[in-house]
Amino acid sequence: MPGDLWEGRIVIVGASLAGLRAAETLREEGFTGPLTLVGEEPRPPYDRPPLSKQVLLGTTTADATRLPTRRDPDADWRLGVAATGLDPLAKRVLLADGESLPYDRLLIATGTRARPWPHPEQAALDGVLPLRTSDDAAQLADRLAAGPRRVLVIGGGFTGSEIASACREQGIEVTVAERGSGPLVGALGGTLSKLAAGLQRAHGVDLRCGVTVTALSGDGKGRFTGAGLSDGSHIDADVCVIALGAVRNVEWLADTGLAAGPHGVACDAGCRAFTMYGIVTDDVFVAGDVSRFPHPLFDYQLLSLEHWGNAVTQAEVAAHNMVHPGPHRRPHLGVPVFWSTQFGVNIKSVGVPTFSDQVVIAQGSLAERRLVAVYGYRGRVTAAVTVNMAKWLEHYQSLIETAAPFPPAPGAADGHPLVAEFPVPSDVPDPKGLSHGPTVALTGHLPDRRLTVVRPGS
Amino acid sequence: MAFDTLLERITDYANRPDPYPLYAELRAAGVARQTDGSYLIGGYHDIVALLHDPRISSDRRHRAAPYRGLSEDDELLVPFIRLDDPEHHRLRSKAMRPFGPPHSPGRIDALRGEIARITEELVDGLRGRTRIDIVDDFAYPLPVTVICRLLGVPREDEPVFRDWSTTIVDAFDVRSGEDAAKRQLAGAQARTQMGHYLVELAERRRGRPTDDMLSAFVNDPGPAGEFTREELAANGTLLLVAGHETTVNLITNGALTLLRHPDQRDRLRREPELMPAAVEELLRYEPPVHLLPRVPLAHIDVAGTTLPKGVPVVLALASGSRDPKRFRDPDRFAPARQDNQHLGFGSGIHLCYGAPLARIEAQTALSALLPLLGAATLVEDPPPYRHSALLRGPRHLPIEVPPSAPAT
Repeated sequence: MPGDLWEGRIVIVGASLAGLRAAETLREEGFTGPLTLVGEEPRPPYDRPPLSKQVLLGTTTADATRLPTRRDPDADWRLGVAATGLDPLAKRVLLADGESLPYDRLLIATGTRARPWPHPEQAALDGVLPLRTSDDAAQLADRLAAGPRRVLVIGGGFTGSEIASACREQGIEVTVAERGSGPLVGALGGTLSKLAAGLQRAHGVDLRCGVTVTALSGDGKGRFTGAGLSDGSHIDADVCVIALGAVRNVEWLADTGLAAGPHGVACDAGCRAFTMYGIVTDDVFVAGDVSRFPHPLFDYQLLSLEHWGNAVTQAEVAAHNMVHPGPHRRPHLGVPVFWSTQFGVNIKSVGVPTFSDQVVIAQGSLAERRLVAVYGYRGRVTAAVTVNMAKWLEHYQSLIETAAPFPPAPGAADGHPLVAEFPVPSDVPDPKGLSHGPTVALTGHLPDRRLTVVRPGS
Repeated sequence: MAFDTLLERITDYANRPDPYPLYAELRAAGVARQTDGSYLIGGYHDIVALLHDPRISSDRRHRAAPYRGLSEDDELLVPFIRLDDPEHHRLRSKAMRPFGPPHSPGRIDALRGEIARITEELVDGLRGRTRIDIVDDFAYPLPVTVICRLLGVPREDEPVFRDWSTTIVDAFDVRSGEDAAKRQLAGAQARTQMGHYLVELAERRRGRPTDDMLSAFVNDPGPAGEFTREELAANGTLLLVAGHETTVNLITNGALTLLRHPDQRDRLRREPELMPAAVEELLRYEPPVHLLPRVPLAHIDVAGTTLPKGVPVVLALASGSRDPKRFRDPDRFAPARQDNQHLGFGSGIHLCYGAPLARIEAQTALSALLPLLGAATLVEDPPPYRHSALLRGPRHLPIEVPPSAPAT
């Protein structure tokens, strides 16, 4: 009976952007039952993009990025307590404090955490920090304000590059160490990575690519003093930021039989979680960074996205579907979009640049540092990245949505004909070879492990 | 090939008071070639697609030979509104430096107090009068005073630049079938004169900056360098003309719409916090800018028709904003409308430069007028319109106020 959907108990695990927007949408859609939001962090939901930008520059503080609410979600907030397990048969979420919360429908929105430095004793050195949470950002901002001699950033992805940018803007010496061929290469491929590398060097970043950091060293009193690189060189620095990408928060779902793994929790286009047998559930939904969902524009490959906009739209779709019967449910078909500001430029992306074999500069040029790079896969447009030309993005989004031919038709007002008509390989690397994780992972259909769950007595 | 007469009828002055039925006809007809050879487009989604298409040019020098105006090829004074990237970007960024973000993010917001004061003075002047022309007594002097203050143009010079401005607006109006040569020549002359006037004003402030944009252009040009004299003339003229020829229509259309919808007028008096949304609805429902000329740089397919390279295209923004495929119940004036992504300020890279200023002016002006409009009646409905089909609005809006009514 559809009426039931607007009642019953809903538990949302994860109280950040996706969890909050889902809770608001549930109320917006008319859900009247009890709603519980579980969050591991003690703070109410806050916005993360400023943590690697304005907060590090000191133009705002880490405790000032609280997310505005659209409406009161009228929820029971359980902040500061992690979910540690799930019993999908009894329909209960287990909490770290020993309590268990019953649910009729569950939304998993546990997101990601910073990938830690692999050696715990080195990671514990004073001056070695990750950047993911508000507290991380407050600590890093303090360290930068103290005027370190040099900051070492391990990983040249978006977070690492934005941190390096914030350092240079304040006149702080910074070294970026990246195992791949260049910064941002995992998300944007080789051509734009060259532009990013040029920007970093022009702003005085000591950029080291094709190297790994072999060890972090201290002064004997537990304070970080520098790091050794795989090329034999040594960097003296006071602060080291670990920007190695993200790890999905799925451990609490082990042994639940859900399709949860390193790439996240697999779900269908309607945000309903799959079991590991590929059977769709109807009471467990997934949204945000922890999800892994099929997208028709990208051959129905499962996408794992770490994008602000995806967390919002997917949460809205999940919430809608949680309170609507089958025929009224909506698919999550949004085209991925993300942005970054660094070294004085605005970078925006639409589509999936890593789902490509070729790229072409359709407007502007590398030299002007204003351009639109369009990505194609087997002759159709699959992504576009703008550098300081974001107002054009909408056009390229429509090309992606309509699977328009690649390269795009010539004649753009500020295209350079000889460049715009000759695509080059997009040079997307294997993500295994990078320090930073790509912010979009194409995770294919691969069930990478063969498992069964034995439920004694069931 | 069959030609459609819609553009002819839309630009016909007789249809100025109510072009909206023609727009409905246009949307039903789809993309069609008009009697003057141009293509007219009225669907919301088609317009948005073209406004974001990099193969659509704002530079009329890209028109094929039969569609060119007189002496446009060697025109020096082209403002950024009629240029494409990268020139458009270069000039618009320079013009934006003293006006908005990223360099001057607080400039327009800081004008709120001044705009409120100017509005108050104008409303004070209306007190006790029983017959008022909303245009001449209020909607015209307000934005003119504000743009003069902002640019640094002496308010007392208004009679001088008003004529130039009228001639300039007249020159780029879309009029079907007529030989535009004479109008364009007069327009070019007026632009030259106004440009010269503004450059002189700016030069007088070199080394002696006053707190205005002309001073900023010559004294603090930023890392991209100063405008050349020609660039300053062309773009200064654009800012002065656009700064007062459009907002006057927005305020007047707003007053007219509120007089025609007394229930909504009363609602706004009860819920003044609705005014920002009401101004967005006005920009959708009765926008100041109705038509936008463009030219394709390549053959472009839209809605099953190929727009040929070099042949003029007219985008009917005001029709797009009434498209039922985008807006529910589009012919209803609904001040609290949600999801109102209208085309009142255009879209894409040419999105209205002055939009933040126009919004504050219209919100302040209409809020201040509400008490007066509550007691007033329209003398003429429809009122007499200005000639322009492109910048559409009443030339006069006479209202009568009973002697006993409070002015505020």
